[in-house]
Amino acid sequence: MSKVSLTVNGKAVSADVEDRTLLVHLLRDHLNLTGTHVGCDTSQCGACVVHIDGRAVKSCTTLVGQANGTSVTTIEGLSKGDELHPMQAAFRDNHGLQCGYCTPGMIMSAVDIVHRYGGKLDEETVRHELEGNICRCTGYHNIVKSVLDAAGRMKVSQAAE
Amino acid sequence: MGVEGIGASVVRKEDRRFITGKGRYVDDIKLLGMTHAHFVRSPHAHAKVKSIDSSAAMKMPGVVGVLTGQQIVDDKIGNLICGWAITSKDGTGMKMGAWPAMAPETVRFVGQAVAVVIAETKNLAKDAAEAVVVEYEELPAVPNISAAIKSGAAQLHPEAPGNVIYDWHIGEEAATSEAFKKAANVVAMDIVNNRLVPNAMEPRAAIAEYNEAEEHFTLYTTSQNPHVARLVLSAFYNVAPEHKLRVIAPDVGGGFGSKIFIYPEEMVALWASKKVGRPVKWTGDRTEAFLTDAHGRDHVTKAEIAFDKDNKILGLRVKTYANLGAYMSLFSSSVPTYLYATLLSGQYNIPNIYAEVVSVYTNTTPVDAYRGAGRPEASFVVERLMETAARQLKVDPAELRRKNFITQFPHQTPVIMAYDIGDFGASLDAAMKASDYAGFAARKAKAKSEGKLRGIGVSCYIEACGIAPSKAVGSLGAGVGLWESAEIRVNPVGTIEVLTGSHSHGQGHETTFCQLISERLGVPISQVQIVHGDTDKVQFGMGTYGSRSLAVGGTAIIKAMEKVEAKAKKIAAHQLEASEDDIVIENGEFKVTGTDKSIALPMVALAAYTAHNLPDGMEPGLKETAFYDPTNFTFPAGAYICEIEVDPGTGKTSFVNFVAVDDFGRLINPMIVEGQVHGGLAQGIGQALLEGAVYDDNGQLITASFMDYTMPRADDLPSFKLSHTTTLCPGNPLGVKGCGEAGAIGASAAVINAITDAIGNNKLEMPASPDRVWHAIHGNA
Repeated sequence: MSKVSLTVNGKAVSADVEDRTLLVHLLRDHLNLTGTHVGCDTSQCGACVVHIDGRAVKSCTTLVGQANGTSVTTIEGLSKGDELHPMQAAFRDNHGLQCGYCTPGMIMSAVDIVHRYGGKLDEETVRHELEGNICRCTGYHNIVKSVLDAAGRMKVSQAAE
Repeated sequence: MGVEGIGASVVRKEDRRFITGKGRYVDDIKLLGMTHAHFVRSPHAHAKVKSIDSSAAMKMPGVVGVLTGQQIVDDKIGNLICGWAITSKDGTGMKMGAWPAMAPETVRFVGQAVAVVIAETKNLAKDAAEAVVVEYEELPAVPNISAAIKSGAAQLHPEAPGNVIYDWHIGEEAATSEAFKKAANVVAMDIVNNRLVPNAMEPRAAIAEYNEAEEHFTLYTTSQNPHVARLVLSAFYNVAPEHKLRVIAPDVGGGFGSKIFIYPEEMVALWASKKVGRPVKWTGDRTEAFLTDAHGRDHVTKAEIAFDKDNKILGLRVKTYANLGAYMSLFSSSVPTYLYATLLSGQYNIPNIYAEVVSVYTNTTPVDAYRGAGRPEASFVVERLMETAARQLKVDPAELRRKNFITQFPHQTPVIMAYDIGDFGASLDAAMKASDYAGFAARKAKAKSEGKLRGIGVSCYIEACGIAPSKAVGSLGAGVGLWESAEIRVNPVGTIEVLTGSHSHGQGHETTFCQLISERLGVPISQVQIVHGDTDKVQFGMGTYGSRSLAVGGTAIIKAMEKVEAKAKKIAAHQLEASEDDIVIENGEFKVTGTDKSIALPMVALAAYTAHNLPDGMEPGLKETAFYDPTNFTFPAGAYICEIEVDPGTGKTSFVNFVAVDDFGRLINPMIVEGQVHGGLAQGIGQALLEGAVYDDNGQLITASFMDYTMPRADDLPSFKLSHTTTLCPGNPLGVKGCGEAGAIGASAAVINAITDAIGNNKLEMPASPDRVWHAIHGNA
């Protein structure tokens, strides 16, 4: 057992966990943040993506110990109160989700993609960058549309800030 | 149409919880005192279970119990059933082998459970499962169809000699033979329809709780049809009586057919929850999903089609072997028979059809309905044949199709189906225009000059959806009726709850069904709540599959609405001292036509519940129920045209264009409909290019993870060009046909037709991986 301390969605968190505990299980089982999902066991599907210190990471392949002292953001921490993050709003407005299971990981990855590429995103880049997130419902058509739409919205909201 | 009524692309009501991480899937639920289950599964495809020693596991930390297959048999828990009886040519019934929820004596596929460990945490259960010692005696395994039917093959079940479950046929054999004798041209081919793994992104999960005081069970499960689950669990598996079992399917992360069936894990969780006296949770991992979720497709077919000298079709003859895996899953028997061979007429006038289907056991995961279920296999046979025939007859593939289209409706095919309506020429025209079919030759020539092989492929599919008229399917062997129910509750304040037996696991029912109410009453969809997925709330329902939710479930809602409106009009007329016949409903108001007198819906509802001033003899309340049984299947149809480019150096296929033109009848929410098509296309293209379950000679599933089974990813697929043509379905009041499966049914033939066109070699199996395509180009396939 080890004691870990980290920040999750802006709140300080500490927990005593088995050394083998994965970050996704700390989030889901200890902190009841069940928006982060597990869709596979080989680090392929990306349903578990969260941000650690602002970078998209697969929480199913991260030991809690590795996240000690970091700041983690999950899908639950993305919106500002009732105000949706532009990526969340774009997924809703472009029908970028169906069953919703891959959606939290997809959104967290997409936010990271937009942060890294800024305004230089095109369809091909989005498709390439989403390689680590699997969706079985949408055929990605509307996910790609959502990410491109959100990239525009995020640029506008950054400009406003 | 109102802003939120029929035809409006309203954004989905359910999305907010999913995009904020507030969805509630089975694995998100925790119950007080909950334990965790992990199954001990067979590493062998075929073996005798000699002994199970759980003594070491029982001593491990946190272990609550280890339960085995023999205990489940001793407790008289029933074997799994197949709910559709198929009769062989010779009049004998299908040969079904016993399938206990955990194997007491013999395992017949890798991953079959032999025992379960219940522990305080999932990790402790996994640790202890590794300490359960199972002694097996390996038996020869039968990994595929050709091995199963070989003489001297190992036998899976004593009930099924030669591993044959049934040898079934449909159509007229003699008349079809005569037609072939008169043919000017016959085109024949061998077709393999590759085995697929559904891979809904949410793995299956179950939580069972037993309340000893009430002798009552609750099961949370990843189901497309919770009422069917309750029925089967109580009527056949003897787990709990129906009135003592509540089944809840909360948010479910995709199904695609794989979550129709009632699996051993749910049965064991329920049974174990009573045994250990605590709630039991099981959540499958992805490997378990690959090994135990029912797979799809897996056909081997010989097909031939006969033409007269004018290239009109005279007849079609098909012989298919279908692999049903190691056991007969719930609807497995119907998929390669009544859901397959009845669609072999495609969009064409084919006067004579004869099809034979032999279904066999193999030492592989059971096979059942997967998106399209039988209809993709039929469409692939017909559309590969038509394309191949056009090439052999040296005519344009689109024109050969057009020449043979059915143009008069209703049309009775030789294989049961009576198509009610369609306009196949309109869809093909629209697809040819959208894909610039006429300009293809120039594009091909240009690509050639750049060293690339360009190809175009057409696929004109038809499917039978809106499953299904109960009497008709009953006469064909179905064990259940396939109607749907709905209940509309108008609350005293005028808000509305719609209880439906359909289940949404991505389809957007919480929005589409609200639009039906908004259209009729003129109320905003925010005042309407869709309730589904709980047997304690919804009286009964048959669930969601076969693109049935709107055509059958939606019609049940309309039927219940008609009753609500009739009563509400009586109340309004009474309140307004007008004649009932003069009342019209507009924008949430009941108006006396030709006057300015009106009463708002909430006031009508309040009057119904206060009951102070109702017409004499009227019961209080405003709540109605309807059960709707369709009169026919619906027949969505369309034309897909795919243009691809192959790099002859690598064999890699790239998309230039994918055009899909569908006729789904009336669209309620076009945005949601298009999303359904996108997803279906991805699965059809996935089958054609990427996906395939591979077993080795010993029956080991080699492709049992996302590292090994190629799921379509964003960079494997193009953006799609979608449009619609419309003939309204005459069989239901909404005029709707269903859109959930079309893409998966029509896409794979379009892709393979395009690649074989590009490379000039018609011999190409799915998935058309770069390796296979390269070999097909370079002549050593």
